[in-house]
Amino acid sequence: MIEYINKIKEISERLLKEGIVDIIIGFRKGTMPMMNEPCFAKSPEDIKNLVWDSNCGINLANYLTNYSADRKEKIGIIAKGCDSRNIVNHIIENKIKRDQLFIIGVPCKGMVDRRKIVSIFEREIKEVTEEKNKIIVKSDGFEKILKKAEVLQENCAICIHRNPVVYDELVADLVEEQKDVDRYEDVRRIEAMPVEKKYKLFDDLLSACIRCYACRNACPLCYCPTCFVDESRPQWVGKSINPVDIRTFHFLRAFHCAGRCTDCGACESACPMDIKVRTFTKKLEKDCFELYGWEAGMSLDERPPLDTYKFDYPD
Amino acid sequence: MNLGYTMKVVRIDKKNWVGDIENLSRSYRLFGPVKDDNFHRFEELDKDKLPDLDYFNTRLSPKSIVYPQSETMFEYCLDERKKDHHVMKEASKDYSQRAVIGIRPCDAAAFLLVKRNFDTPECKDPYWVKAYEATTFVGLACNNPHSACFCTTAGCGPFHEDGLDILLIDAGNHYFAKIITSKGENLLKAAGWDTKVDAGKEIESMKQNAETGITSFIATNKLKDKITADLFDAPFWEDMAFACINCGTCTYACPTCWCFDIQDEVHGCSGTRMRNWDSCMYPLFTLHGSGYNPRNTGMQRVRQRFMHKLKYYVDKYDNGIQCVGCGRCVSLCPVNIDIRKICNTMNSYEK
Repeated sequence: MIEYINKIKEISERLLKEGIVDIIIGFRKGTMPMMNEPCFAKSPEDIKNLVWDSNCGINLANYLTNYSADRKEKIGIIAKGCDSRNIVNHIIENKIKRDQLFIIGVPCKGMVDRRKIVSIFEREIKEVTEEKNKIIVKSDGFEKILKKAEVLQENCAICIHRNPVVYDELVADLVEEQKDVDRYEDVRRIEAMPVEKKYKLFDDLLSACIRCYACRNACPLCYCPTCFVDESRPQWVGKSINPVDIRTFHFLRAFHCAGRCTDCGACESACPMDIKVRTFTKKLEKDCFELYGWEAGMSLDERPPLDTYKFDYPD
Repeated sequence: MNLGYTMKVVRIDKKNWVGDIENLSRSYRLFGPVKDDNFHRFEELDKDKLPDLDYFNTRLSPKSIVYPQSETMFEYCLDERKKDHHVMKEASKDYSQRAVIGIRPCDAAAFLLVKRNFDTPECKDPYWVKAYEATTFVGLACNNPHSACFCTTAGCGPFHEDGLDILLIDAGNHYFAKIITSKGENLLKAAGWDTKVDAGKEIESMKQNAETGITSFIATNKLKDKITADLFDAPFWEDMAFACINCGTCTYACPTCWCFDIQDEVHGCSGTRMRNWDSCMYPLFTLHGSGYNPRNTGMQRVRQRFMHKLKYYVDKYDNGIQCVGCGRCVSLCPVNIDIRKICNTMNSYEK
């Protein structure tokens, strides 16, 4: 996937030069191993800094509207499968217009889970590089080669929409989609649990939460001008680390994302406390799929099931 | 009280460590690092639980030992049939003597920075001051700093002693304990550590070795002379702040971030007034009652965080930056905002 970068740079440079877009939203190399920083590029100098590798898990669709509500310029955005589905979400939710965007589509081969790599390596990681299907992890005088497939983010391992669903230009040929993937094995396992066990599981999951809201803020769906937990007149939710308030935040946020979540994994990758936040969103994703045959962000021409009604919908 | 030049070092045999900690737990509430999945965190140690000193550092800073994320200040009753209804009552707290075992020098030094805010001649925060004064800090020198540690250029260091009462140095089969204050001396007695040794040279060489292990640096020498308005209006903020998602991870993980918000919560007839950590990353932090928000954009909030740590604090206290170089914000930021990069950019900025 690292080979994409030349094409990304070439397209970006052309778009800026020809005035087709005013800025490009992409990634530049981070200062820590396995970290890249979302950035914008406006000049050929900026373009030089763009990178693409298996550490681009942050969903760039988040940068289209959340932090740039007044952006009027034409935006070029680098989009892997999930980013493109969140762009579709933005468009059908009237957050941005399709013709304001030039989507540079990236057929994705999955992003790596840096926490998983850290836990395998067991010493301080100084440098991580990649080659085709291998991740090479280095410390002082120590090296380990990992198979990329074994250290993918969990959502990437079960992804069935790696190719962008909308794009104006592709950086490479489309990749083969993963088949025969059981996307909901974990959800079924939790569904089958007795209530007390489920409750305990959720409590344990959320026990580390510090309410920093990184999950919410990394999520392209969470664009409310004032989130319900921040509303102060009247105030709906307590501000302490009381478990009831923490649960309220996570459960309600998941419900707000029902029928919209693309399982991009940005929430989990952002969480500083390693909370498996997707446990909640995936259940609702599964329900939407089973009840309505719906997968979020796949089409610009169809309304989401939760903002429309059809006679054949189940109760 | 600092004991000054009379350096006293004792040797603690690791063979006796379990018994020593048991001794200490009779007169102190003990806090220490414990392993939790991939990370360590500070927690109060139950009887028979040992601090795990085979660690790099905790994911979140130990500031919560003195300054909890949520802290009840007052309690009250709203039931008019009760005698003391609608009277704010001080919540009961445990300010008995406590000791933190194995705190890193950077985190201990951070308490001194925070002290400048919570403990001043004009104003003393009663909760913070009482908790701080009840605490004895037993540090653990960093023999093997990490690559994101930049303490030596942030006014601190792997063997830094300011803010500590005792500094432990891991020397294989034993620890050296360097006694720094009278509080430390008291703890020494409670533990029964009395094997005095002359280890000055050995400690000095380990210290130098550790300092050369620091490979990350920041430049802060020009911050003080910069014109505040120039930095505030500098063009680099848009680029630096773009990635920031305005979560509070950096501020909550930071040992020197001290901001809080006061909230009342009422359940039925009983209420509490508490304070909770707050973060300058959040829009609500500055939202006025009128609805106006002077820091309405993400960029303004990012700028505030770094201007506070690296310029306003520098100007106000004339005692360095509000950062000890622990590197937590760098390691935990979901989008790799790096204070080292921003500090260097601010320091070298010319209008």
